Amino acid sequence: MANYEPPVTDYESIVENCTCAFCGCNCDDLDYLIKDGHVVGVRHACRLGASKIMEDMDQRLLVPMIRGEDGELAETDWDSALDKAAELIAGAVRPIFYGWSETSIETMHHGLELGELVGAVLDNQATICHGPSLQAVQNAGYPISTLGEVKNRADMCLYTGSNAMNSHPRHMARYSTFPRGYFRPRGRFDRTVVTLDPKYSDTAKMSDIWVGFEQNGDYEFYNAIRAVLKGKKLQKEFISGIPKEDVEELAEAMKNVQFGALFFGLGLTHTLSKQRNIDIAIQMVADLNSYTKWILMPMRGHFNVNGFNIFMAFETGFPYGVDFARGYQRYMNGETNTIDLLTRKECDVFMVIAADPGAHYPGGAVKHLAEIPVIQVDIHWGPSTEIADVVLPGSFVGVEVGGTSYRMDGVPIWMKKAIDKPETCRDDEWIIKEILERVKKIKAEQGALASK
Amino acid sequence: MEYVLKNGIVYDPANKVAGEKKDVMFKDGKIVDSVSADAKVLDVTDKIVMPAGIDPHAHVAGPKLVVGRIYRPEDSRKGVTHKTDILRSESGFSIPSCPSTGYRYSRMGYGTVVEAAVPPLEAKHTHEEINSTPNLDIVPLSLFGNNWFVLQYAKQNQIEDLAGFIAAWLRLAKCYGVKIVNPCGSEAWGWGMNVHGLDDPAPYWDVTGREVVTALAKANEMLGLPHSVHVHPNDLGHPGNYPTTVSTMEALKDIEKNSTVRGQTMHLTHAQFHAYGGTSWRDADSGADYIADYVNNNDHVTIDVGQVTLDETTTMTADAPMEFDLYKLSGLKWANKDVELETAAGIVPVIYSGKAPVNSLQWAIGLELFLKVNDPWKVCLTTDHPNAGPFIRYPRIISWLMSNERRQEMMDNREVHPWSHRRTSLASLEREYDFNEIATITRAGPAKIYGFQDRGALTPGFNADIAVFDINPNDIDPSRNHEAIEKGFSSAMYTIKDGEILVKDGEIVKVVKSHTLWTDVKGMEEQEKRVMDRVMPDFTKYYTIKFENYQVHDKYLPNPIVTEVQAGK
Ligand code: SF4
Ligand SMILES: [Zn+2]
Repeated sequence: MANYEPPVTDYESIVENCTCAFCGCNCDDLDYLIKDGHVVGVRHACRLGASKIMEDMDQRLLVPMIRGEDGELAETDWDSALDKAAELIAGAVRPIFYGWSETSIETMHHGLELGELVGAVLDNQATICHGPSLQAVQNAGYPISTLGEVKNRADMCLYTGSNAMNSHPRHMARYSTFPRGYFRPRGRFDRTVVTLDPKYSDTAKMSDIWVGFEQNGDYEFYNAIRAVLKGKKLQKEFISGIPKEDVEELAEAMKNVQFGALFFGLGLTHTLSKQRNIDIAIQMVADLNSYTKWILMPMRGHFNVNGFNIFMAFETGFPYGVDFARGYQRYMNGETNTIDLLTRKECDVFMVIAADPGAHYPGGAVKHLAEIPVIQVDIHWGPSTEIADVVLPGSFVGVEVGGTSYRMDGVPIWMKKAIDKPETCRDDEWIIKEILERVKKIKAEQGALASK
Repeated sequence: MEYVLKNGIVYDPANKVAGEKKDVMFKDGKIVDSVSADAKVLDVTDKIVMPAGIDPHAHVAGPKLVVGRIYRPEDSRKGVTHKTDILRSESGFSIPSCPSTGYRYSRMGYGTVVEAAVPPLEAKHTHEEINSTPNLDIVPLSLFGNNWFVLQYAKQNQIEDLAGFIAAWLRLAKCYGVKIVNPCGSEAWGWGMNVHGLDDPAPYWDVTGREVVTALAKANEMLGLPHSVHVHPNDLGHPGNYPTTVSTMEALKDIEKNSTVRGQTMHLTHAQFHAYGGTSWRDADSGADYIADYVNNNDHVTIDVGQVTLDETTTMTADAPMEFDLYKLSGLKWANKDVELETAAGIVPVIYSGKAPVNSLQWAIGLELFLKVNDPWKVCLTTDHPNAGPFIRYPRIISWLMSNERRQEMMDNREVHPWSHRRTSLASLEREYDFNEIATITRAGPAKIYGFQDRGALTPGFNADIAVFDINPNDIDPSRNHEAIEKGFSSAMYTIKDGEILVKDGEIVKVVKSHTLWTDVKGMEEQEKRVMDRVMPDFTKYYTIKFENYQVHDKYLPNPIVTEVQAGK
């Protein structure tokens, strides 16, 4: 095979049961091979995960930086950088703290306290990724399970709008399709795998059934399945480009499994009907439960994107896009989300924690970002660095620092530390806490002045 | 710091103090016999003084709650308050955010709450929420009734190994006791099925609810845990379910108690949901008599009620097949959360209305149970929060229990549907609780049922967890003043926790971190080792998480209170 790599033999120690800080699979079975304080090899991870862990020093942000009068980032000491960040935040009228999906819950705690103190908006990548999914969940329900239920019971796994083989490379291998489960002792052979996707993706290639309905045909297709489940005759010969007999056959097959699992990705969330696609997929799964067992699950992208939603929900009652400007929490889609606030040019200071807003934001939002102060907390140089006014180099959760995360199915995992961070970096948790303390101090001084 | 609560009217049922005017003293966080002349005096002349409240069954922290909060922003939007100098902003009605939960219990004079359903796989999540809930000590119970290893031990009747498993798993999940929910039914839900009654086996496992409950109760007594098994029987919410409930109690009748700190070998939770007669919702009626008679005639069972409060709320339980039935009935949005090898969970919003015949019947059955169980030490006040209503309604329930007049009025003026009296005997029940009985069902009783040795009474040496209410018991007729009773119990004049004043005149004046109570069993090392040898291969094969990452590390319990138990003693 072309990409065969010889196993790493030159290492000093192994740290077992480490958790991958990449996709929402949060694989916690990795072995890190350590030499000279670095991870030189990773066992069990997929290529995405392994490369993220091993290339930790690539483009690594190592020292705090502040953008000077000349428009260039210049290295500085931690005190100056933190003071600058605190000063910006304390002086802000409409700050947004965005990102969080690639850091620990422990870090989020300090971020939330800071947000409540200054009246910020706290938001994460859900706002641009599975936000519509969560809106649909609020409309139609949320029948999920942990991934082990799928591994042990599922005889049908259905991927829709998700090319799991590329985006979550071990999802099929570890949780759904291939593993031997208690009631599925032969693993892959005991399951039917279905992919619904206009594209013949790598996941489709691994499937028993590929339904390549038309682009944007999702809603109509699910509607047709629901109609068949309810015993209706389909009127059209073709549904979203698929012969009606095939639709009927699939509906029948879905009804007759013992345990079905539907995994949906951004392909479903971001085509024409957006949250309506998820609405109807949820309703279809609810319908199917009158016949047999079905669950569904959004294929969450980052390793703690679900964690932020869970954390915010238990702390504030709302999952993302939470606005504290008025001294209490508000959550209004279209009003309190990052993109809305940026597009309306409301935001005046933007702190981005382990995320790349530039890459996925619409033009207007990006343009506004270029015009306001941006504080970046991250481990790698990225598009955010290009627009950042203060850069605070963090450390790598699950490698250099421990932290709590929530897998895509909500299972909490303690991601332990395996090696030390570069000496000049700081843990995200420490950085946000330091900013909080400094902002508190500024606020106290302002308060003392005002009362004089 | 020393304090005297001066001249209050004290209700301390554990010490047989029923409405005596006396001083209560505390020092350095504990109740004491005497204090020095320097003690700070809090004048509570003619006010009610009780131990702080103990909620023996609620759902306040963990994965089900968070699913509720994520998918019901309409609930979170109710009850939003502005932050203050010391309080964070609140949110939620039936599923409040964690800080709101702590504040609201605290304002009602509560100091301890039992979180009744922790799936071990997600126990870290529960503990994270506990840590975000201030002013309350939280007592998590771990779910065992559908655990695959438990099903196997029960089937093979290996009680000693099962006891070892419980000891090990309480330590892994950092929980206090054993919860059983719809034994075998939640496992059947893994296939979209349920079991019906106590003798309907779980598919594949070929073990029945009877075998599981019995085995767990025996193992619980072998260990001598401070709490008994905590049982949510099969068939919850189904008309005609009272025989299943009675059989479940009977099944555990002969199990020998091995504890000096509690009286029961089984706690039947939210009994109201398990006390229905009839065959369908069309002919349903009350089965409260059968449950109450059993409890009155036997000493091995205690109950809490799960009183319907007639509110819009969010139901959530590990009895996931029941929740799906509820969804099919109401059509309101359905959430579900099954947990590998351990349990299931379902969540559905419900609108309990006094206009609805069924809800009114449920309301009346709950009250019947309170009024028909003679010994207040055997029955506790709960709403199975948030299932039958939010905990902030406890004061209203107290007002109903203390006033026959109010109950009759509600039936007469149709605040509740006539099914409330046509299909129950509520209209004929004149009993009214007195303050001492209220103190028993909200404080002393729950403390005894959980075997607490540090709270629930004003005994010297106990935690100074105290509530004072602005009610003069000698100058109020609760029968005629239900509104004043509700108001008085809603906002404590003082809530004192570990000797610190947290609430004054209904306002929170101090916010403190909560404690987490868990049980550490000693003396089962050999059995535990045998169990781990047997369990590990299956654990590795069938869970999707590594054992090292499964356990709850100490870091998740910054303020633990550990009850050490010597197994068999
Ligand atoms: S599947 Fe995801 S979590 Fe697992 S190793 Fe690959 S990138 Fe990491
Ligand atoms: Zn309950």
